[in-house]
Amino acid sequence: MMTILIILAVLLAILTIGQLLRVFEASSKLNGGTSLLPTVAENKYQGRSMFIFMLGFFAFFIWCMVEYGPYLLPEAASEHGVLLDRLLNFNFAIITLVFVITHVILFYFAMKYAYHPERKAYYFTHSNKLELLWTIVPAIFLAVIIVYGLSAWISITDDAPEGSLTIELYPKQFDWTARYSGEDAQLGASNYNMISGTNPLGLITDGSLDQMMSELEAEIAEIKVDLESAPVDGMKQEDLTETLGKRERQLNRVRGFRSFEAANRASGNDDILVKTEFYIPVGREIDFKFRSRDVIHSAYFPHFRAQMNCVPGMVTQFHFKPTITTAQMKAKTQNDDFDYLVLCNKICGAAHYNMSIVIKVVEEDEYNAWIAEQKTFSETISPADESEETASIVSEDAISMIEE
Amino acid sequence: MATTEAHNDHHHKETFIQKYVFSQDHKMISKQFLITGMTMAVIGMIMSTLFRLQLGWQGESFAILNFFLGDKWAPDGILDPNMYLALVTIHGTIMVFFLLTGGLSGTFANLLIPLQIGARDMASGFINLLSYWFFLASSVIMISSLFVETGPASGGWTVYPPLSALPQAMPGSGMGMTLWLVSMSLFVVSSLLGGLNYVVTVINLRTKGMTMTRLPLSVWALFVTAVIGVLSFPVLFSAALLLIFDRMFGTAFYLSDIHIAGEVLEATGGSPILYEHLFWFLGHPEVYIVLLPALGITSEVIATNARKPIFGYRAMIGSILAIAFLSFIVWGHHMFLTGMNPFLGSVFTFTTLLIAIPSAVKAFNYITTLWKGNVRLTPAMLFSIGMVSTFISGGVTGIILADSALDINLHDTYFVVAHFHIVMGLSAVLAMFAGVYHWFPKMYGRMMNRKMGYVHFWVTFICAYGVFFPQHFLGLAGIPRRYYTNSEFPIFDDLLGLNELVSVFAIIGAMVQFLFIFNFFYSMRRGQRATQNPWGSNTLEWTTPVEHVHGNWYGALPTVHRWPYDYSKPGKEQDFVPQDVPLEEDEMDGGEGH
Ligand code: HEM
Ligand SMILES: [Cu+2]
Ligand SMILES: [Cu+2]
Repeated sequence: MMTILIILAVLLAILTIGQLLRVFEASSKLNGGTSLLPTVAENKYQGRSMFIFMLGFFAFFIWCMVEYGPYLLPEAASEHGVLLDRLLNFNFAIITLVFVITHVILFYFAMKYAYHPERKAYYFTHSNKLELLWTIVPAIFLAVIIVYGLSAWISITDDAPEGSLTIELYPKQFDWTARYSGEDAQLGASNYNMISGTNPLGLITDGSLDQMMSELEAEIAEIKVDLESAPVDGMKQEDLTETLGKRERQLNRVRGFRSFEAANRASGNDDILVKTEFYIPVGREIDFKFRSRDVIHSAYFPHFRAQMNCVPGMVTQFHFKPTITTAQMKAKTQNDDFDYLVLCNKICGAAHYNMSIVIKVVEEDEYNAWIAEQKTFSETISPADESEETASIVSEDAISMIEE
Repeated sequence: MATTEAHNDHHHKETFIQKYVFSQDHKMISKQFLITGMTMAVIGMIMSTLFRLQLGWQGESFAILNFFLGDKWAPDGILDPNMYLALVTIHGTIMVFFLLTGGLSGTFANLLIPLQIGARDMASGFINLLSYWFFLASSVIMISSLFVETGPASGGWTVYPPLSALPQAMPGSGMGMTLWLVSMSLFVVSSLLGGLNYVVTVINLRTKGMTMTRLPLSVWALFVTAVIGVLSFPVLFSAALLLIFDRMFGTAFYLSDIHIAGEVLEATGGSPILYEHLFWFLGHPEVYIVLLPALGITSEVIATNARKPIFGYRAMIGSILAIAFLSFIVWGHHMFLTGMNPFLGSVFTFTTLLIAIPSAVKAFNYITTLWKGNVRLTPAMLFSIGMVSTFISGGVTGIILADSALDINLHDTYFVVAHFHIVMGLSAVLAMFAGVYHWFPKMYGRMMNRKMGYVHFWVTFICAYGVFFPQHFLGLAGIPRRYYTNSEFPIFDDLLGLNELVSVFAIIGAMVQFLFIFNFFYSMRRGQRATQNPWGSNTLEWTTPVEHVHGNWYGALPTVHRWPYDYSKPGKEQDFVPQDVPLEEDEMDGGEGH
């Protein structure tokens, strides 16, 4: 492939240079002598080239479809995705038709009406009838497209039905965390002031509050010691004082969370946080909530025809019902390595291009078995049952925080 | 010929500086805009070939990358991901703003407005001069940002905060971003000064008989473009200003609830979405600021070379106005997935799809203009026909993206890249080439070499589609844009060949632009001498002498008696009747449509 292309490029380059040289000759010889306007032969030649270009263009279109059609996204793996694909095909049919018709006419005219001194153009200034025609016909097509499109949009963006499984996706530069609501089916309260190595989403629970406060208090004490001890130069001192102020203000805000109702603080305890991959049951409506820790990201689920931006400071949502399990999709695509992915689709920094998390779509019982194995938030943060596998997510996150 | 030099006597001799540097003559300013725009375009184009190398042959080493970017940004000839984003960002910024806004409007509004309405110059030569110098300053600052230690702005040409607001988020959000914002602020000032001047000139300085319904469509388009710019650029200015505040003075217009680089950010209460609204309130009209002048140029070139009146002159004006109006109420189609109220999304879908109607009218009118014409296929005409083609093939995919439901899966993928490049990038670039080939004799008194023009057109046109058409398929395969590489995910592996093909086209297409540049400068000095009206055109600029004079016309200004499209009018000997030729008895002005 590569070599063919290079040869092609070189050939084109040579052709260009050849043409160039001829042009120079011609222009130096004929300077002042040639007509300012294209000759009859040139017009004819260019007109014909236009039409041939069009044929080539259509051939290229077809080649792309045949060659790469099979590698476009596989069939939609969600209920609304099927609807969307149908809508997409419908729109494609219309626009392809418009594209082909207009191009045939355009390039045909360019060839057919190429200049000839003998002919005179037809003085045709306007025609209300024709103009009305091409105002109304597109309007009708558009009306259909709008009604069809918006009905799909409205049904997709409706509130999630009762009994949906709520999952929160929380991105940061450059990874995703998924959070399940646990037994109480309620995502616990959270706040970015609470984020720490062991609490990547900043959940507010009694345990995490204690932990956060003691961490902050310890840090504050340390800074104070630094400040009082030994000679620190002016710059350093300023930095330390500034950090001290920040930590103190943060501590104040964190203290404020104590006044949350106890029930509210409790609901985070059974939340489950996972990284790198998460499971969802097939055939059940999943109600995704999105937030972001740092910059805007976008959760893009190409196989489910779903996407939603994740914006710091607000919660966004999108719900869909997966209909094809990962195993089934592996069979359909004849690819044992197939996995559903959530990609990041809003520029978010250097590693934007590989920020992803795997979704496993599984049968309900497999899902239940998997979720039962996961540690709850309170288990991961309580230092009491210090076990080795204190969920990989925590240690991983702690490391990345230190790096930062 | 100083003796015949008309009314506004410029008796003093101009110094070199007055004539070429701080010129207040619209024709010279037009050339300054063109050359500056072309210089910027070459830089933007080289950037695109550099990142295309990375995308076509992902992770491979290229000495040329190292040559241009050095060891820091392309160690061992492999592009650094941060630099990739920086290149994409500055490329986009340059192409949209510096080439296709400043370069395109600056060149053709300056050249055509006074000449085609029969005015001696712009309403204010001095403001015009300022407009160019702000543009130049802004260009210089944008380019200087390439040399900053932490690299130029890298958040995409839309520079959404918080990414662009926080230096902790990426290196490009440091000094480079500050320079980007300063540069864009100056750019806005330049656009506003220019735009106000264009508007005032068209309203006040039309010569006798030049009613609004006798204006060439190019002037209509440039006029409406200026109005759109004057109404929307200030909003970008505020967006940039607030972003500067957030970056430097601790405000929180766009920031809230952020924990980054291990630290809690104290700014709270703002919203990044506010920025998106402000940005796109300019950003969408901006698309038409780019496109309308292109359509205006195309209208002139097509009518002149088809030797036929532009079909449906009044409908063309109507559609320019309709597009301009609608362009202000569709910006939300860039934000369907920001969590906006779905009902609001529906409204934006509706308004956006409405734009397809005036756009369709324009496309069909161009095609009908060719019908039974006597089409001279000059290079300018080929570029214009090419422009009609890209306007259609890029426009139809807009119908898909405007559908909020379909946008869910296509937003921010290569499908979008394909769409906006074809409909906006290619259309405007092709039209700009058309304009340069067509008005070169007016600008430099010589013809551009036609043979080279043909070669340039064909290679450019083929490569343009070769680059952007396949990107639809990349998008439909789910490849997000602004990805340094897509070989991270096996699901995209099968498309790498297509990426390679795109890059080959991009490199060939870029190289052939040097042929254009050669032709441009070669013809400027040695091209065939132009006659006064080489294309047999009706508009007033071709009634001025070939050589440039202050005040444009020797003697009195021409008086206009008819619309600009009396080509091949029955009963006339010639196949054109310039606007300053009086109507014969009983002759109807062709523009008086019923
Ligand atoms: C030599 C021809 C060109 C090539 C090969 C090229 C290629 C590309 C590519 C591959 C991207 C990056 C897509 C992504 O990852 O998001 C891009 C971005 C862009 N290009 Fe071009 N382009 C060319 C000319 C133009 C022109 C003429 C325009 C003028 C409208 C333009 C405007 C843009 C814009 C606005 C972006 C988006 C930048 C961003 O994402 O921030 N390009 N181009
Ligand atoms: Cu991201
Ligand atoms: Cu838009």
